[in-house]
Amino acid sequence: MNKGGLLAISVGVATAALVTIGTLWPVASAAAYAGGGEVFRPSSTPQAAAENLGTQIHIQNWEGAYNNLANKAEFTEPEFLRDLKGYALSLRTYATLDSFEVRPLHQSADDAEVVMKMRWSSVVGSFEDTRNLHLTKIGDRWAVNWPLVKEENAPPQVIPVNYLRWDVIYRGPGDDWGAQGVEAPHVRIVDMHPVSRAEGVMIMGELLNEDVVPAFVSVRATLLGKNGSPLAREDSFDLISHTLLPKQVTPFVVRFPGMDLSQVGSIHMDPMSVLVAASADPVVEVQNQQYNPGPVASLSGQLSNQSGQTVNVAHVLSTFYDKNGQVVWVGSKYIDRALQPQIPVDFRIPVPEDLARKISNQRTIVSTFSSGSSL
Amino acid sequence: MRNIQKLCVSAIFTMGASAAFSQSGQMSMPHSITAGASFSIPTSGTGTGVLYITGPGQALRRDVQLGQPVAFTQGDLYCAGHYLATLVVGASTGTEEFDVIPASRPKTLSFLARPSRISIDLHDGISGAAYVFDAYDNLITQPLPVSFVLSGQYGAAQSRTITTRNGVAWTGMDSTSKLGKAKFVAQAGGISSTRVIDLVPGDPCGLTISARQNGAKLLVETSPVHDCKGNPIPDGTIVTFTEAINGVQSTADVPIKQGIARVELPAQSGATISAASGVVAGNAIHWGGR
Repeated sequence: MNKGGLLAISVGVATAALVTIGTLWPVASAAAYAGGGEVFRPSSTPQAAAENLGTQIHIQNWEGAYNNLANKAEFTEPEFLRDLKGYALSLRTYATLDSFEVRPLHQSADDAEVVMKMRWSSVVGSFEDTRNLHLTKIGDRWAVNWPLVKEENAPPQVIPVNYLRWDVIYRGPGDDWGAQGVEAPHVRIVDMHPVSRAEGVMIMGELLNEDVVPAFVSVRATLLGKNGSPLAREDSFDLISHTLLPKQVTPFVVRFPGMDLSQVGSIHMDPMSVLVAASADPVVEVQNQQYNPGPVASLSGQLSNQSGQTVNVAHVLSTFYDKNGQVVWVGSKYIDRALQPQIPVDFRIPVPEDLARKISNQRTIVSTFSSGSSL
Repeated sequence: MRNIQKLCVSAIFTMGASAAFSQSGQMSMPHSITAGASFSIPTSGTGTGVLYITGPGQALRRDVQLGQPVAFTQGDLYCAGHYLATLVVGASTGTEEFDVIPASRPKTLSFLARPSRISIDLHDGISGAAYVFDAYDNLITQPLPVSFVLSGQYGAAQSRTITTRNGVAWTGMDSTSKLGKAKFVAQAGGISSTRVIDLVPGDPCGLTISARQNGAKLLVETSPVHDCKGNPIPDGTIVTFTEAINGVQSTADVPIKQGIARVELPAQSGATISAASGVVAGNAIHWGGR
């Protein structure tokens, strides 16, 4: 028998042995996640009770999580579920709890306070949800009082919308070859600034739709070496508002991981635009924006949906400028909950510490997606 | 040396072929034929042969009775270009070259007008190029006058007549100072083609805002927004409103609707409210003192 055959048999035997061991003596957490066992500790301490709740949420055992709550009489299981997964379609709806962390704050004989930091995974990255949990001792076990966050709703009313949208008729296959198509929107890069960061080269800037029609936009950048040869080419991905209405400005970021600015001789920028059907609604106001320079620099504020329709996903994009008006940073944040009409929702965009002191002004826009909208 | 030998061999072969051809049959091709027109090729000699006509867009085959003309009806040969006629009689072959030229009467006009949408008041901002074709879509390369007329809803029409060069005529036109749809017409030999150019306003000019208390909110709105020529800025154009007070800022990107952009902002005494559209800034309002 050759060496390859021997190796194959060895790998097969080892795999069979491991499968047998795993089946007969499974790891407790694996058995629990597979629905075949218990990973939970007795809730004899506040920490254990909170961790048990986190595990129930992690394995999406909503009924089990709800039944172990001390204050479950105050709300129903669907309300508990909506608190975790969102009342309307949003990033939370399809998010899963990736990990959680429980930190004790205070404990007496009958009650305790802990902080539970939950890290959820969504299609656009992770987001955190931090809850201060109050626990009470019932008999010999501790139980969590869940701080239910009820989403506010605007009172029933009619919001008149002077609906404004653009439709496009493109040239057809039967048209004469000389027949003009619809002109692509004219867009212009009004600011551009490359920076070298630890993660690579980042090109930040702003793009203006200077036309009278909406545009679907993207920015492509090519790094050229000292001898003019192309080093790398990348597109702006989600750090841009892709749909730009007339005279609207969006920040953009093009990332070149692993590149160093010292290698770069010049940069070729290529803004791209396509005429698309679009709607001018909804309007989202960004209220109470406040830049906090330190020690943990961030921009905080609130989004207020001024239209009558629910915004399912909102993406906040902020451009930070220095005192000369130069772009120094572009930050963004996806809002994990849907924006209900007229109900403000908080947001916070972190800013790198080394840039925090350079920032003297900022500009924020919101890119939105509504599932009920055809556009 | 080897090339020279090849040329000689080729020449000898051609002479031999011509000699054999002249013994059995001949054709006399015209130098040029109008595309799509009927024509005939006289032949001489006796017996039968086969005539092949090959060119850039067509290949034809005809059985030939030598001594009789070979007739081609209207539309048989319609692709303009340089052709080769080959008469094969037995083992001998004779060739002649000729051109098929486009008909002089235009049938279609392909008109490229760019851009389809342009800001008002731009010199030579609109370009038009007309390609003139005959009934068989051959580009007519003979010089032909083409007239271009750009007429908007307002003002006098602009007109130019340009003679085609190698089948194409082109011109530049100015966009007018009033917005609207302009008709851009190219005409040649009684054939015309029309394109529509959308004349759109320029950047907003003199953007001004006003504010009034509306309960706990401040209703801020622009005056009707116009460009510098007085044309209204179209609905949907974004106006960015900003309210700033003590380092706290509120902003909203609001589309113009019915000529005006309006937004409700928190009513805060001492706040500065401003507006901008694209790269154009408007006035600023200081609300409630200071």
